[in-house]
Amino acid sequence: MGRRVWITCHEIGTAASQTSASFGGSIDAGWRADDSPPKAGRWRESRPYTGTVAPALAATGLAKRYGRVEALRGVDLEVGEGELVGLLGPNGAGKSTLVKIACGLVRPTSGTAAVCGARAGSANARAALGYLAEFFRFPGWMTADELLALHQELTGSSGGEAERARLLELVALGGARDRRVEEMSKGMQQRLGIAQALIGSPRLLLLDEPTSALDPVGRRTVRELLEDVRSRGVAVLLNSHLLSEVELVCDRVVILLGGSVVAEGTTAELAHPRGVEIETDEGVRVFERATREDAPRLVADLVAAGRRVYEVKVLSSTLEEVYLEAVHGATS
Amino acid sequence: MTTIVAYALREAVRRKVFLVVLVLTLIFLGLDALANHYIFRDVNGIRVPADAHVDSRTFAGAFVVGMSMFATLFLGVVLAVFLTLGAVSGDAERGLLQPLVVRPIGRGSLLVARFLAAAGVCAVYVFVVYLIAVVITGAEGEYWPDAIVSPGLLLAGAVALMTALSLLGSVFLGGTANGIAIFMLFIAGLVAGLLGTIGHALNSHTISHAATIAAWVLPFEALYQDALQQITQSTHGFTGFLLRLGPFGGAYNGGWGVRLWAAAFLVLVGTAAIAAFRRRDL
Repeated sequence: MGRRVWITCHEIGTAASQTSASFGGSIDAGWRADDSPPKAGRWRESRPYTGTVAPALAATGLAKRYGRVEALRGVDLEVGEGELVGLLGPNGAGKSTLVKIACGLVRPTSGTAAVCGARAGSANARAALGYLAEFFRFPGWMTADELLALHQELTGSSGGEAERARLLELVALGGARDRRVEEMSKGMQQRLGIAQALIGSPRLLLLDEPTSALDPVGRRTVRELLEDVRSRGVAVLLNSHLLSEVELVCDRVVILLGGSVVAEGTTAELAHPRGVEIETDEGVRVFERATREDAPRLVADLVAAGRRVYEVKVLSSTLEEVYLEAVHGATS
Repeated sequence: MTTIVAYALREAVRRKVFLVVLVLTLIFLGLDALANHYIFRDVNGIRVPADAHVDSRTFAGAFVVGMSMFATLFLGVVLAVFLTLGAVSGDAERGLLQPLVVRPIGRGSLLVARFLAAAGVCAVYVFVVYLIAVVITGAEGEYWPDAIVSPGLLLAGAVALMTALSLLGSVFLGGTANGIAIFMLFIAGLVAGLLGTIGHALNSHTISHAATIAAWVLPFEALYQDALQQITQSTHGFTGFLLRLGPFGGAYNGGWGVRLWAAAFLVLVGTAAIAAFRRRDL
């Protein structure tokens, strides 16, 4: 099974004048001949740190040891402004430790981490980030509004009631403003947690499994929310086991295994070619050894042979395949 | 800081332990009133030999106030320990602490705020319950301690020390282990105080010295003894001698030296707790 990447009609060009190409899904930067996105909000370029401003998160040689266990072994990672990076890895790979170091909950054994140029854990760094832990709890006696008001005071946010109302609406909790946390479902609490993390307009959002307790609709809400905050220039480090979700929203993926980065890049960069699939009037043919460079020639050959070409798909490995290959099937 | 103090105060009074302690307090005060009623009714019937020079009303009043001080301290310590035993490790395990710690307030401020809230609640509680107990005894038996306000303040100080110790313990230990450890310390202090009384009764310098060392090592016990001493500070003669033989009147550690040491101890414990909390991984 491979990930299907549609190429544009524009790209096939004159060689495939009779081709009717399909649009949709994700498409890689290198494939595009123009800059217009096939779908609004879906097209994101990876924005690596250019050196002009401090990255939202910069980790260098980060190592953490818990007794005999090495949770992190010299991890280098950068998350640029407005970049959404997915952090993947099996249980015990060091993902949560990395996130916790970034927000100052855990001290690294060696190496450095900085948030927007400030040392991770410092007051300036903490003022610039929003965080949702994998396992969190809010006081059951507090209402959603009271909780957000508390965090506004702690962050020094001057957003007031308008900010609280906006954030509750954003996570689809507009009608639960006065509901106590103990009266909320786990999914509602998780969405409230995301709203809490967004208090004070953070420049970096650290989310540790933010959709683990959400139903499909809740996940979609969070996905849309992530795209929204990214469009406002907020950097997001998303730690998730849900590969499909990461694949849908993340600009870049970092895969950890045994405390080290084993793969890093855009999903396109990490994917391997799996051939070219062409649908003609004779049916669907898969050219397994073909690459995207071969696609125009294949289409031209087929057209020259009198075939009608309806659709061309460049097949590449899915994120799941990339992930399993990177972690060698490790689960913990 | 004030935000966290207000938050911790609200949390403290909403906890079930607060309600449990309030119910226990009402039961205690009811029993205290009943005991005072019967004690002072029977004291009037006691015929003390003329050459004994014992003021039975003073003896009974000081004894029953001393006993209520012990109960008040015990309830105050229960409240202090249960409000703070999971303040760091317990709250971190439950995921309550992380959302607060990542905010730009500083771990030291967070811990100091938790202390101020818990110690504030417990100190006010202890002072008020002590005053009610004194008023019950005064109204029933027309006995008033030699000092009324300062023993209550010393009891409040003792509970504040226990609160600080419990917070320090919460940095290293889980809730249950910390609770057990703090109660063992509390009981160790009480036993040391009792040992001191026995040592003085037996005129044993070694036992008395050991008890004094224990009281200084655990200054909450020294403050409790100081408070007990205050209620009979002007009671002399055979009545005073008899009171100092008993567990609720016998106190041999007190004065400004102990109070200053208790304040320094509080600062030391607080500093240690903040330093340990700052280094702790969550």
